[in-house]
Amino acid sequence: MRTMDWLRDQNPTSRAQARAGQAYLNWLRLRRNPLAMAGLLITVILLLVALLAPWLAPHDPIAQDLSQRLLPPLSPGYPMGTDEFGRDILSRILFGSRITLYIVLLVVLTAPVAGLFIGTVAGYFGGWVDAVLMRITDIFLAFPKLILALALVAVLGPGMVNAVLAIALTSWPPYARVARAETLTVRNSDYIAAVKLQGAGGGRVIWGHIMPMCLPSVIIRVTLDMAGVILTAAGLGFLGLGVQPPLPEWGAMISSGRKYLFEQWWVATMPGLAIFIVSLGFNLLGDGLRDVLDPRSAGK
Amino acid sequence: MTSDRMTSTVRQIGGTALTLLVTFIGLLAVTFIISRVVPIDPVSSILGDRASAAQIAEARERLGLDQPMWQQFWIYVTQALQGDLGLSVRTREPVAAEIARYFPATLELATLATILGVVVGVPAGVLAATKPGSLYDQIVRLIGLMGYSMPVFWLGLIGLLVFYGQLGWVSGPGRLDASFQMMFEFEVTPLTGMILVDTALAGRWDMFANAFSHIILPASLLGYISMAYISRMTRSFMMNELGQEYITTARVKGMPERRVVWVHAMRNVMVPLITVVALSYASLLEGAVLTETIFAWPGLGSYITDALLVADMPAVLGGTVVVGAVFIGLNMLSDLLYRLVDPRAL
Repeated sequence: MRTMDWLRDQNPTSRAQARAGQAYLNWLRLRRNPLAMAGLLITVILLLVALLAPWLAPHDPIAQDLSQRLLPPLSPGYPMGTDEFGRDILSRILFGSRITLYIVLLVVLTAPVAGLFIGTVAGYFGGWVDAVLMRITDIFLAFPKLILALALVAVLGPGMVNAVLAIALTSWPPYARVARAETLTVRNSDYIAAVKLQGAGGGRVIWGHIMPMCLPSVIIRVTLDMAGVILTAAGLGFLGLGVQPPLPEWGAMISSGRKYLFEQWWVATMPGLAIFIVSLGFNLLGDGLRDVLDPRSAGK
Repeated sequence: MTSDRMTSTVRQIGGTALTLLVTFIGLLAVTFIISRVVPIDPVSSILGDRASAAQIAEARERLGLDQPMWQQFWIYVTQALQGDLGLSVRTREPVAAEIARYFPATLELATLATILGVVVGVPAGVLAATKPGSLYDQIVRLIGLMGYSMPVFWLGLIGLLVFYGQLGWVSGPGRLDASFQMMFEFEVTPLTGMILVDTALAGRWDMFANAFSHIILPASLLGYISMAYISRMTRSFMMNELGQEYITTARVKGMPERRVVWVHAMRNVMVPLITVVALSYASLLEGAVLTETIFAWPGLGSYITDALLVADMPAVLGGTVVVGAVFIGLNMLSDLLYRLVDPRAL
């Protein structure tokens, strides 16, 4: 009860308390949105599954057992059936969540950071720096994501790291755009002028005073983009250009189930359901977060 | 239009064209860099491993590989601007000619999908905006988000499994049944390369029906994806428009709600919607890459992925350039249409 009062205090005594109070209010607002809560639940389950995969999975995801191949779902010991090598599909999906999460995390740790850097620098310095950086951004925006990723992977060779690299290289431009727009709105404000008068250089102003202002809109975009990253990674895996077998990547699993589509439908269907549910979870969460965090829609 | 406004319009279009050219050259720079860092040696992939040193030197000279990098780029750009995208390693044919053969199939698919997406997505978004928060609104939102979350290749497989395998309502992969394929090649003049259009022009409705039963499934699936995007954007534009004062005025004057929404507000919603439709049209060309592999659809997507599997880089990069160019072109087109529909934009 004490903490609740502390969080709800109208006159916070420290910056930390004000932040915590604001976060608490946002959480209350998010909780009112059932779809967003469903998204959060899915995301939490994904995290738990990825963490606990070795304990949850009933079988080894890679060991083959040809005597048990292509068993239908609900077979004893194999709730989702087995694939063409007799591997348990449920176990493969559980372990696959690790790969999906790993790819998403790597992309999320690189692309938005690069975009944030390019966008703030372009917005803050303006002039030819802005012109050059934004032209480059436009050029990358002109490429359809998946096709550029395909071309890059074709050059770099298939594999998880290269897939991450290709996805990151194709997904930074929107972040640069967002960050630049935010930078333009704050760059001429008084507090920036004050910091400059105190002798702060460009790097310090951008790092300490502009980037934090851009973070909320970038974070919203990140959550909304995660589903896209999952789908692109799965698409690369499906084309055989992403994570290589025998690793249980969901897109690659669908691809191998394609041969058995009409007789053993479950081999391709189950991993697709996993992709669908996880990206739906991220989308629902991102949608709800935007309603809560975006000041423009907060009033509605 | 006064002559002043004419000149300013002309100048703006000129400026857009310049931006377009710069972006296109940038696009070529990216594909050029990709093609030069590729570990596959273009000479040995043409001549094979047993070529003599003289042959290799001769081929290098012919391909311009002995010249400085910037000169090679210059050759690449001028050739690309003239429609020369090099020779396919696999077939030894000009990439541009091959793409011209494959492209109509993709165009046909993406166009039909966009039409479906607009016809369903716009009304759905408008109705959701008129009743925000209602059950109907929630359903449209959920269906939209599901469209965003579905891997398109998986949706294609499920579609094939259910509507072709189980129910038998539609035809399977490919653009025509094998029997019709032969007939089509002999009896119909391919004016556009789009089978639906060509058969309709030739009056061969039996073939048209067969082609339609092949295209309807992939087009519906892609249409669903584009519907998800279009309905969502329509909803937010319409919500915004319905909050304006002129809408209140129209309502106060007693105008029927249907007219307020569909005539007064819709006219203003149309403007940003054009950009949205153009963008989703362009992104369908991309979604088509995966859909085409599922449905054995002989379009640009299949062309690129097939080339990818045999490391035919000129074909892959040629396809990338073409899709990028279409992207840029559609963006510019929506920009121009914008000006036409919205007089304030001039």
